[in-house]
Amino acid sequence: MEAIKEKLIVSVSPHVRTEESVSRIMWTVNLALLPATVMAIYFFGIRALYVLSLSVMSAVFFEWAFEKFTKRPVTISDGSAFLTGLLLGMNLPSGVPFYLPVIGSFVAIVITKHLFGGLGYNIFNPALIGRAFLLLTWPRIMTTWLEPSGFTVDAKTTATPLMILKEEGIGRLLELFGDKANLYIHLFTGQRAGSLGETSVIAILIGGLFLLWRGYITWHIPLSFLGTSAVIAWVFGGKGVLFTGDPLIHLMSGGMMIGAFFMATDYVTSPMVRKAQIIFGIGCGFLTMLIRLKGGYPEGVMFAILIMNCFAPLLDRAFKTRVFGARKGQKK
Amino acid sequence: MALATFKGGTHPPEKKELSKDSPIEVLSEPEKVIIPLSQHTGAPCKPAVNVGDTVKKGQLIGTPEGFVSAAVHSSVSGKVTGIENVQLPTGRFSQAIVIENDKQNEWTNLKDNPDYMNLSPEELKNKIKEAGIVGLGGAAFPTHVKLSPPKEKPIDIVILNGAECEPYLTADYRLMIEKTSEVVEGLKILMKILGVKRGIIGIEANKPDAIEKMKEAVRGIEGIEVWALKVKYPQGAEKMLIKATTGREVPPRGLPMDVGVVVQNIGTAFAIFEAVRYGKPLIERVVTVTGEGIKNPKNLMVKIGTPVSHLIEFCGGFKNGIGKLVAGGPMMGFALSGLDVPVTKGTSGILVMSDSEVIHTEDFKPCIRCGRCVDACPMGLMPSMLSVLGEKGFYEEMKEYNLFDCFECGTCAFVCPSKRPIVQFIRLGKSLVKP
Repeated sequence: MEAIKEKLIVSVSPHVRTEESVSRIMWTVNLALLPATVMAIYFFGIRALYVLSLSVMSAVFFEWAFEKFTKRPVTISDGSAFLTGLLLGMNLPSGVPFYLPVIGSFVAIVITKHLFGGLGYNIFNPALIGRAFLLLTWPRIMTTWLEPSGFTVDAKTTATPLMILKEEGIGRLLELFGDKANLYIHLFTGQRAGSLGETSVIAILIGGLFLLWRGYITWHIPLSFLGTSAVIAWVFGGKGVLFTGDPLIHLMSGGMMIGAFFMATDYVTSPMVRKAQIIFGIGCGFLTMLIRLKGGYPEGVMFAILIMNCFAPLLDRAFKTRVFGARKGQKK
Repeated sequence: MALATFKGGTHPPEKKELSKDSPIEVLSEPEKVIIPLSQHTGAPCKPAVNVGDTVKKGQLIGTPEGFVSAAVHSSVSGKVTGIENVQLPTGRFSQAIVIENDKQNEWTNLKDNPDYMNLSPEELKNKIKEAGIVGLGGAAFPTHVKLSPPKEKPIDIVILNGAECEPYLTADYRLMIEKTSEVVEGLKILMKILGVKRGIIGIEANKPDAIEKMKEAVRGIEGIEVWALKVKYPQGAEKMLIKATTGREVPPRGLPMDVGVVVQNIGTAFAIFEAVRYGKPLIERVVTVTGEGIKNPKNLMVKIGTPVSHLIEFCGGFKNGIGKLVAGGPMMGFALSGLDVPVTKGTSGILVMSDSEVIHTEDFKPCIRCGRCVDACPMGLMPSMLSVLGEKGFYEEMKEYNLFDCFECGTCAFVCPSKRPIVQFIRLGKSLVKP
């Protein structure tokens, strides 16, 4: 019996824990991005594969290097650096030179994530800061889009549907795609110019609904984000006349879908309290549409989410959960 | 109809199957018992015997000090060999009376009261007080105190807690199956003491046979209802149980009596019946010995003060390489540091976890703000914030997040994907700041 005493472990309850873990969550989200990854490669060919693997590999490398350099435990197996790299790649045009994904990953992993304290402590979504840095530094490269021409060697450059909508109006967009039904089909499947992983609505929906079904995300942020955007697009998106906009075009183009399901829902940079998440989503939708309709850029998802990231802790404070037994409005 | 429940909570693996079909066995006589003088919430008792004294079974050996305290009796007949400072299952230390068991089981004079229902509420309460009965669910709060609410807090419902939501434990379940009518009598006594017309027995739906038996036993008794509750941890927490069965919410830092309710555990009701009917003091209780690390899981009737080692031996000893020994259930129980710790009035189970089951929380990761704990907290707190503030030493700031409303059920830490020792941070905070 004495020998046992040496071995007994004493710690605070609870003595059982869930099977869930950070790495399981991260790898599940990576898995949920698989359909979008496959579609990216299908539409943008070998270039997509090249850009995506480069950004994933450099993100993982920078995490490893930073942690080695600062003598911290190496956490590359938890899948979070992989996810950041994958999301960054998904948000790049297919024709970017090799140094863009590498520099973007550096900004995302080293500056946005680790210099703020590593996983859990970053204020901003790392992949989006990476992309924002690239967009502001190389604005031309970052807005040069190639046609979704699969594995053909010389893809032509073209404009994204949102650029056309902003510069030339809905008429030109319909002219290019034939009719509205055809436009919707192209947007839904993803056969259009745009960032690698953002174009295929159906692929993103499959991944997003999978995460919803498994409980890794909840409806609060995506629904309030998309709903707000849809309402604003409908009310203010028309030509001079209120209530004539086309919400579907707005929902299915740009980074709206991947933003609502995969970027705005990032645990670390979004609120935890459900009510706060709804406000967060509404803010994302509002800012996105403000930029799209009134701003200088055709697309606003990235900036909208980054701006709302700043408010996440504040929203959690403002919408603190109600303590059991406390009456409504009762503050202690 | 949807089963009654509360908001939040979680679903740890139930593991009741290990011991649920083992009828309550009387544990063999221990060589000696170590009976702590502080097994309850409140003031410790003063020793009522001296070293060398001969004591009988059921004899008073610890006199309560003050109102919030509970008398302590000898669970064996024999000779007092020492009054020592010993470690309790909770990790705290207390003076204890060590008695060498002569195995004669010679009782003090007990008085049978077949007519107990004709006693006055005051007399009934006195019997409970004299028997040293405390809440047997774990917190061990003196029962007679719970039964003496101030005048301005009228009570209209008594709830018997048969939820037994802690995984593994089956002590209350076995009592409900084997001592059904005694438990119901206990409830009737409680209702009489409090002058209450309505009694509720709440049982988690994973014990359908217990629900059936209870329903059978209360048939025709006016005012007593049996409720099936959703299987969800912590359904058996007082506030959650009250919410599920009555819809009433105990206010923050309040007590059940603030909403007109008194909650008692199944085991307590059984002890109350025995005390009132036979005059028997609380000297034994049902303990579930279970887990992947014990050879033969059992439900045992154990004399208070029996060393844990004796229970382990009786159940065939360890298997699978022992890692952790827990007094109580896995969610709120206390990890033991040794085997010579005695079973106390609040010990509902001994859980033996094998080496491979032990979670090493020293490897915890940073909070990723996933919000699982916020959704799961039955008290509507934000455990993630409490754990981050506690980790960084912002103890005063933890109060802004309602630190003292936490009752440490462990749901947050259970669901945490980063395996953060949230309850530990919360306890640390509670011990370092004033409410």
